[in-house]
Amino acid sequence: MENELFEILRYGIFAGSISLILIGLYAALTKRSLLKIIIGLSIVDGGIHLLLITIGYVKNGTAPIFSPGYEDAAAIMVDPVPQALVLTAIVIGFAVTAVALSLIIRLYRHHHTLEIDEIKNLKW
Amino acid sequence: MKKVIVLLLLAVTGYYLVISFMDLGKYGPVVETGVKDFYLEKTVSELHVANTITSIIVSFRGFDTLGEVTVLFLAATALGGILYKRRHDVGGRSVLFPSSSIVKSGSKLLFPAIILLGAYVFIHGHLSPGGGFQGGAIIATGFLLMLLAYDNFSVSHNVLSFIESFAGIFFVLFGLAGMMMGGTFLENFMPVGKLNDLFSGGIIPIIYILVGLKVAAELTGLIYTVLHEKEN
Repeated sequence: MENELFEILRYGIFAGSISLILIGLYAALTKRSLLKIIIGLSIVDGGIHLLLITIGYVKNGTAPIFSPGYEDAAAIMVDPVPQALVLTAIVIGFAVTAVALSLIIRLYRHHHTLEIDEIKNLKW
Repeated sequence: MKKVIVLLLLAVTGYYLVISFMDLGKYGPVVETGVKDFYLEKTVSELHVANTITSIIVSFRGFDTLGEVTVLFLAATALGGILYKRRHDVGGRSVLFPSSSIVKSGSKLLFPAIILLGAYVFIHGHLSPGGGFQGGAIIATGFLLMLLAYDNFSVSHNVLSFIESFAGIFFVLFGLAGMMMGGTFLENFMPVGKLNDLFSGGIIPIIYILVGLKVAAELTGLIYTVLHEKEN
């Protein structure tokens, strides 16, 4: 029973993070507003982070922190490597979003619109 | 038509993502490279740091974190450059309506508590969940609250860039000090102390505090720049 529940949860998280990635890609590819495209890319970011963290999970594992009472629990700790990498990825994702938003502010100042259809220089 | 093409593309992508990830980790750990065991063992035996993620970020991959902080710094600089304004344009920011006195006194009450929580999170980064990046982000949210509640609240850019450069320079100096002591860049040259003590882990807590200050200053500067962007 406990095993089945664990399996369902695990598949649920995998399915959830993959659908987050797909939803974000859909928004980034079809939406015409620059703000919505940035939001889509942030959703893709979130999905990828969730997926990476889930891959590092060990069944019945605890956080990889040797707090008092858990000094000898190294065998049941989850993989710390994806967590450290995701911490890096979050910071870089934040920096990318900030720069993208500032470029959007600049574009808005110049064109007074955020719709990419109306900004002629962005047509392809 | 375009939406159909996009949906087809996404269906193919989704199918490959699902078949490549669904069975991962089903029969125990995904990849048995020994990296996990190496980090978990060395964290306790050599560095005496409780939080393995902190030890990876600051010690094992410390050089990478220096690069990461540099990326954040570059983003803040790029934002300032892109949103550059001549000095006489800089004024108060335009607000639709002033915030009520409840919001004002509430933020004044919460502000010191948020700063304290942020400082706690990055000072205890080697003992408990959290660390420099998280604590810095918490402190920046405190400043965001004050900036939203008071339209004349201002942060001195000189102080922010001083904190930022101070933290960045000392990060590099601590790295170079490790080299002077006969090791590698960011070698842990200070006594590591006892596991789960506040003063343990050698240079790891010091570097994480510097990272926390740097991230807090950078994010506050970033928020300030964007908030004072006037529509014209």
